[in-house]
Amino acid sequence: MSTDYSVEAPVVGGRLTIAQIEELVAKPMDTKPDKKFFLALTISGTALLIGAVCLLYTFYYGIGMWGNNQPVSWGFGIVNFVFWVGIGHAGTLISAILFLLRQRWRTGIARFAEAMTIFAVMCAGIFPIIHTGRPWLAGYLTPYPNQHGLWVNFTSPLVWDVFAVSVYFTVSLVFWYTGLIPDFATLRDRTTSKIKKTIYSIFSLGWRHSSRHWLHYEKAYVILAGFATPLVLSVHTIVSFDFAVSIMPGWHTTIFPPYFVAGAIFSGFAMVVTVLVFVRKIFDLQNIISIDHLEKMNKVILATGMMVGYAYSMEFFIAWYSGVQFEQFVFINRAFGPYAWAYWIMVSCNVFFPQLFWFKKIRRSIPAMIVIVLLVNVGMWFERFVIVVTSLHRDFLPSSWGMFTPTLYDAGILLGSFGLFFTLVILFTKALPVVSIAEVKAVADGAQPTHHRGEHHD
Amino acid sequence: MTDKKIFGVTALFNDPNAIIAAARKVASSGFTKWDVNSPYPIHGIDKAMKMKPSKLGIVTLIFGLSGAALALILMWWTMSVDYPMIIGGKPYFSLPAFIPVTFEITVIMATLSTVVAMFAFFFGLPRNSHALHDTDYMKKVSRDHYGIVIEATDPNFDEKATLQFLKDLKPLSTEIIYHSEKETYPIFEPRFIGLLLGVAVVVSIGTYLMLNKLMYIVPFDWMDKQAKVIPQSGSEFFADGRGMRLPVEGTVAKGFIPYPFEGQTNPTEVLSNPYFPTKESLELGERKFLTYCSPCHGNYGDGDSRLAGQFPNPPTLHSDRARSFSDGMIYHIITVGQNVMPSYASQVTRDERWAIVNYIRALQRAKNATDSDLNFVKAE
Repeated sequence: MSTDYSVEAPVVGGRLTIAQIEELVAKPMDTKPDKKFFLALTISGTALLIGAVCLLYTFYYGIGMWGNNQPVSWGFGIVNFVFWVGIGHAGTLISAILFLLRQRWRTGIARFAEAMTIFAVMCAGIFPIIHTGRPWLAGYLTPYPNQHGLWVNFTSPLVWDVFAVSVYFTVSLVFWYTGLIPDFATLRDRTTSKIKKTIYSIFSLGWRHSSRHWLHYEKAYVILAGFATPLVLSVHTIVSFDFAVSIMPGWHTTIFPPYFVAGAIFSGFAMVVTVLVFVRKIFDLQNIISIDHLEKMNKVILATGMMVGYAYSMEFFIAWYSGVQFEQFVFINRAFGPYAWAYWIMVSCNVFFPQLFWFKKIRRSIPAMIVIVLLVNVGMWFERFVIVVTSLHRDFLPSSWGMFTPTLYDAGILLGSFGLFFTLVILFTKALPVVSIAEVKAVADGAQPTHHRGEHHD
Repeated sequence: MTDKKIFGVTALFNDPNAIIAAARKVASSGFTKWDVNSPYPIHGIDKAMKMKPSKLGIVTLIFGLSGAALALILMWWTMSVDYPMIIGGKPYFSLPAFIPVTFEITVIMATLSTVVAMFAFFFGLPRNSHALHDTDYMKKVSRDHYGIVIEATDPNFDEKATLQFLKDLKPLSTEIIYHSEKETYPIFEPRFIGLLLGVAVVVSIGTYLMLNKLMYIVPFDWMDKQAKVIPQSGSEFFADGRGMRLPVEGTVAKGFIPYPFEGQTNPTEVLSNPYFPTKESLELGERKFLTYCSPCHGNYGDGDSRLAGQFPNPPTLHSDRARSFSDGMIYHIITVGQNVMPSYASQVTRDERWAIVNYIRALQRAKNATDSDLNFVKAE
């Protein structure tokens, strides 16, 4: 527990050589999966299957199977969508923003976080489409010349959403794949299996580790990071526009874009920590994903948690300061109305519990951090629940007030989305390098020429 | 050995400092077709190899700006030209509302073009047939070694001299790389072609089933089969079995004028044409004739439409009998029908019917013109 913050901790601990790093990261791909792997896959697969069955019922009978009704017409579908898009944001933050900020500790976790981004956005993308009720007509969301002579409404936030989420998914995927290409080449050259070699050769595109290529490759990486940074901020901003551009009290606020982005990073980091804590243990990556890296992520959670807390209080302040009766009612109703329990779960999980990360001991303790990040995940799901449900259930007309009762199908589909996410994560850990081999090799001790060290750091 | 074509010579190092020093020497010896391979980018190798900075950003700039322009043009054209609609009191070209989509399109165009341009045009990838692949050299630099390769296409290349030059750099080892002996094109292998055919068959069958079978299965046919009364169809809901309701007895439609000659064969003596064949009347008549009459009687009333031969032949309107009909008789036939011709009273209004009569008269006159008619034309 004697951590000296005045010196930068080594990015790769344990004095690993470059070859050892490669062995460590490539080990899950070289060995056959064990029983624990299949056990985990069974659990997540079961959850996925439950979701799939609930979804099939929904497709057959329509979304009357869900709890959505007037006045709460945006139920779990939108809550889950915003929740999963938010989870995705941490990956891009780690891979792009921390890259631009020259945070070398990101190398160990970037690949995994990017993969989680892609899987989370896949989970998120399902929800608006099934929420339309006729998912097989989703093609109408794209502007294409058609015989009806109709176009999508480009001034609608819902159309902005379509563009933002699909662009975000594509760019994240390209970013991820670009990072994977040198690793595919490394795997290609180390494998002895013919089938694996063919697969890796195809995906490596015949990468030759050429310095003339690395020159452009690094440039492209900076460009991609430069675009991904505003992109990640834009995505949750646009998601918040779905609410903020409407005229519902409780939604129609200018604080929403920054508040949503901070919340997204908060929930995303919590999810990354949740998963990484187990991955580093199972795959023996404690030296590459070290406790120092986890501690840094916990600090980000603490900071963004306080930003979210600031947003909660600022909403209350503006409700009072604006003098708008309806706005004031919505916030009082949130904290003390029939959904007060959801509100206080949200506030305690997102604002109070992360405060424990002020203590270094808790920040560096694995069991404590597991509990806190799980609470944050719960709290952030409830934040979206509070925003969607409490604003809608009592709006301008008291005669049309009502309550929202989710059905078993709602819960099943939510469970299914977790099943999809973790199934993809589990398959990913066995199929691809969970840590960027090339990037971690480059920051290992003795990997760079000595006379260049200090001259320019990155 | 001698018939193999040489690709180049390589030297391996295992110290980043050594590779930088070696790269400096090669660069200053005048070689141009050479490269350094390393498992990750080495700091300072670009300067040691005397490489110019990457120009990749130009691609990004061009495609990013075109993306922004394309998105704005698309939104301007769709929202203010092709299908203008006022939404939320905003102007047709509502720039603030167009910013999000413009931004997203800019990002996707810029990033995709950068990555595609880099791999496909800057690097010439994918290329798994390169001579360096599957060599010990490649396996080493893929793992934890650093290598220099000087290619045989370099003008200064000489097998022995260049190899000696590399050995003087004190590498761990050197190797001569040859092109693989024969080029293989696995694309033309029967198995691969078989696979393609198999995929084509599966995709075709799948597409056929999707479009011709799946769309008629619940729930995909719900757009087609809806729980509602379709006009003209029956319904078990009402005692009389009709889907549509009859109007209350004695109801008179708005603007209804009774036609007292129904059932009569020739009400000529009472029905006379109230319209002169003015230009307007003839133009209206032409339009209505082409819409309602020409499908059977033909564009000029010759009875030569494409229905001829498939049906009881529609008669020509230029027969002596038809020409001898009075205006009122033609009006009567349009109104109540004749033989297999149904009544057109519900499709063509009374005024339009008289206009059609005038037009038919004009057609009949034109089809049976005499030489003396030319005098009228000449007189004008």
